[in-house]
Amino acid sequence: MQQLGMGQAVHQALREEMMRDARVFIAGEGVGVSIHDNPMLPTAGLLKEFGPKRVRDTPVSEAAIAGLAVGAAAAGLRPVVEIMFNPFFTLASDMIVNHAAKLRYLSGGKSTFPLVVRMKSGAGFGAGCQHAHNLEAWVAHCPGLKVVMPSTPADAKGLLKSAIRDDNPVVFIEDMMLYFAPGPVPEGEHLAPIGKADVKRPGMDVTVVTWSKMLGVALNAATRLEQEGIEAEIVDLRTLSPLDKETVLTSVHKTGRLVVLHEATRTGGFAGEVAAVVMEEAFSSLKAPLRRVTGPDIPVPVSPPLERFYIPDEEKLIAAIREIL
Amino acid sequence: MQVSKEKQIEMLRSMLLSRRFEEELTELCKVQGKIPGMMILCTGQEAVGSGVCAALAPEDVLISNHRSHNHLLAKGAEPRALMAEIYGKRTGCNKGKSGTLHLAVPEVNAPCTTTVVGGGLPIAVGVAFAQQYRQEKSVTVCLFGDGAADEGSFHEALNLASLWRLPVIFVCENNLYAGAQRYEEHTAVRSVADRAVAYAMPGEVVDGNDAVAVYEATRRARELAVAGGGPTLIECKTYRCRGHGESDPQHYQPKDEIAAWQEKCPIPRLRDEVLARGLITTEELREMEAAINAIVEDAVRFAEESPYPRPEEALEDVLVQ
Repeated sequence: MQQLGMGQAVHQALREEMMRDARVFIAGEGVGVSIHDNPMLPTAGLLKEFGPKRVRDTPVSEAAIAGLAVGAAAAGLRPVVEIMFNPFFTLASDMIVNHAAKLRYLSGGKSTFPLVVRMKSGAGFGAGCQHAHNLEAWVAHCPGLKVVMPSTPADAKGLLKSAIRDDNPVVFIEDMMLYFAPGPVPEGEHLAPIGKADVKRPGMDVTVVTWSKMLGVALNAATRLEQEGIEAEIVDLRTLSPLDKETVLTSVHKTGRLVVLHEATRTGGFAGEVAAVVMEEAFSSLKAPLRRVTGPDIPVPVSPPLERFYIPDEEKLIAAIREIL
Repeated sequence: MQVSKEKQIEMLRSMLLSRRFEEELTELCKVQGKIPGMMILCTGQEAVGSGVCAALAPEDVLISNHRSHNHLLAKGAEPRALMAEIYGKRTGCNKGKSGTLHLAVPEVNAPCTTTVVGGGLPIAVGVAFAQQYRQEKSVTVCLFGDGAADEGSFHEALNLASLWRLPVIFVCENNLYAGAQRYEEHTAVRSVADRAVAYAMPGEVVDGNDAVAVYEATRRARELAVAGGGPTLIECKTYRCRGHGESDPQHYQPKDEIAAWQEKCPIPRLRDEVLARGLITTEELREMEAAINAIVEDAVRFAEESPYPRPEEALEDVLVQ
């Protein structure tokens, strides 16, 4: 099977969907001509292949980029727009939160807004807190949006293709660190369902619910724990909204223990939602208190030791698992 | 160019319908429990929506704002469905989800009225992009107030529309007040249209109480847009004869200012003109007014008699399943 980084997998999904459907176009800052010239990045080469009609470099205007998507989707196109970094979501948020998410409801179900907003996220590049800030819980808090955060190149391809074909607005968050780690990706038609979590590793002793880049941390921790005879089940949510409660609850019923792991900061983070669902619907299965392993409640710092301190790692996850075993 | 008799009659009729519709609302919203939420009226500003829409084709798209009744009626929205929606009834055009402030009528190509001031501007750019993408000979009009011209979205939308020469017409309905702030208290430039030069697009100030002038300006902008000439910024200078909403006591609007603008009401202005020029007879006008009365009375009756949605219908229409 082909080995691709997540950036290349996203590229393949975009390319295949653009070939499949003439209504699909992409727009954003540097999606055509970028300040980077790196074939590992998602939109590299698309301008050359599809031309400037369908690959639109925009001004630095996040509200206009997101509004472009809302209006074009209302008029029947299938826009895939890029907000360069997750923190810049704040500049686009009126169009996404007040319009993309609500206009269908306000139309009484008459209108559809089939659009995808891609955003890059993730600490680890020393880029600082105004370029790295995982805001997925903000978006997941908005009814009317779907929120997808893939953790593997194959899922990125399959989920993005599904997102582009979805008739709802989808916020698709890619962790940049994953762009450069190759993994197997099916060629051609490969769809992954939105709203369906994936058990990336089965286990009997503890459930770790995670998503995006933290999947790698969870899998590494599970490999280490295995040597001690501890079997962690790793549930990759893939989609935060709609949340696949069933897969999470099935796993917790089996293991009786839960740790939720995410890179985003702790207070108001999506781990709280997962924890609440489990407390409400699987309390009697829990053998121990659940744990959250998250970034601390600080902006992402720049200095390498500070940034490493921010990002949850295997040690923190293993310590949390040991606490409840 | 002489504006045709048909167009002038169409504009007069749509202004009369809009006024009559809102006269009804002016009274209905005083009845406790009758109409949910705020009531925001455009009384005295009807020449803008009616003039703009008379210059549009059915396939042209209109993006409106919270003060939308005139815009939507002029675009051809069904009065029954609008009135029922304003009542919050299930038979409303949006099944009671939007109410008076967010009315959406995609069937007449008015898919969005947004209450976020300036929110319609980037969306209009997106719709116009789709029209250009599909090489359609249609345009998108965004109607917004003078307050919206102070939002960042105004700058982003006009810059992008001009850069890509999109077929969009930005119509600023300058009614002299943004909330309680008079125009010169919230905007430094003399006219919103003066900003057009900053976006390399034509800008034009129009007497917003002159439906024919609004129609003419829109028609020219539409011709330019469908010919690939890009966007135009039209500023219609008019006046908010009522408060921001009906609960607004208008204590900050000078009484003589309101009175002076009421004298400039766009409806008698066009009515007297078409009568004087013999484009319509007194008898025909009376028939038109009677027909409009019947339409509005029917709409109110329909809304009154319609059921409310069941509470759990609130859960529907969030996502496409």
